[in-house]
Amino acid sequence: MRSILYIVLGVIFGITMYKAETASWFRIVEMFQFQSFHMFGFIGSALVIGLIGIQFIKRKSAKDLDGNPIVIKSKDKSISRYLFGGISFGLGWALIGACPGPIFVLLGAGTYSIIIVILAALTGTWLYGILKDYLPH
Amino acid sequence: MDWIFGTWPWYVGGPIIAFTMIALIYLGKSFGFSSNFRTICSAMGAGKRCSFFDFNWRAQKWNLLFLVGAVLGGYLAANVLSNNQIPEISAYTTEYLQNLGFNSVGKSYGPTEIFETLNANSLAVLIIGGLLIGFGSRYAGGCTSGHAISGLSDLQLPSLIAVIGFFIGGLIMVHLLLPIIF
Repeated sequence: MRSILYIVLGVIFGITMYKAETASWFRIVEMFQFQSFHMFGFIGSALVIGLIGIQFIKRKSAKDLDGNPIVIKSKDKSISRYLFGGISFGLGWALIGACPGPIFVLLGAGTYSIIIVILAALTGTWLYGILKDYLPH
Repeated sequence: MDWIFGTWPWYVGGPIIAFTMIALIYLGKSFGFSSNFRTICSAMGAGKRCSFFDFNWRAQKWNLLFLVGAVLGGYLAANVLSNNQIPEISAYTTEYLQNLGFNSVGKSYGPTEIFETLNANSLAVLIIGGLLIGFGSRYAGGCTSGHAISGLSDLQLPSLIAVIGFFIGGLIMVHLLLPIIF
């Protein structure tokens, strides 16, 4: 039963990312040229509502559906990994015009050459796993 | 029905994504899409030789189901809820891209020059882009969903650094590298 819920949430996510054009390369280029408010409004409104939701959860010490207390993990402290990792991700994001979610949304929408991107992203992830200990963190 | 078949405005799209994130938190999970790449590597047996992939990937099955949903959502959006949706891009960006040889701007959802014309150049773009996305998201410990939405919503400094990195990379690509590549 829970499985269906995850699929339904994924469907809602996929439809929204496509319909709001966050899966369009043109929109991503436009965002990095600061030529439209669309993408900034999208991320910004998600953030403001997300912020309110998470603050509510924390203040109320809310529990999840199974009755366990909700714990939001803090990310490890570092600058280099977030900066260097972030820059390489940003280069790829602007080149393909889709971040990991929209890549799969585009696959569903019928952009089949995106399979090459998926295979390359899996390879990139694997390369990180292999090289992890040699990289500044 | 234009409000369904046309472009969904940001003030509809953004809040739906926030709702998705909060729903996942109430289900005891966290919103982060790129983790799926690590999970798939692990499921394919990468954990045998590399400890980074040696974890109980089955505990991440929920996120793989979310991924399957995203693919289905993309199919439904493009085939059922759209009538050949074409983003209305600003005049400046349209002209910038046309000058780089992208004639599909204003005529197609995405650039056919990258996704449909398969030649050595577009193939290299797809492969290098994918490598950077996979490598970068794991190095940074998350992508747009994990850092720009989840992390920033929780006011986490590491996520702010990552998002600044996303923008440095994106700005370099769009302003300096795209004119060289295309």
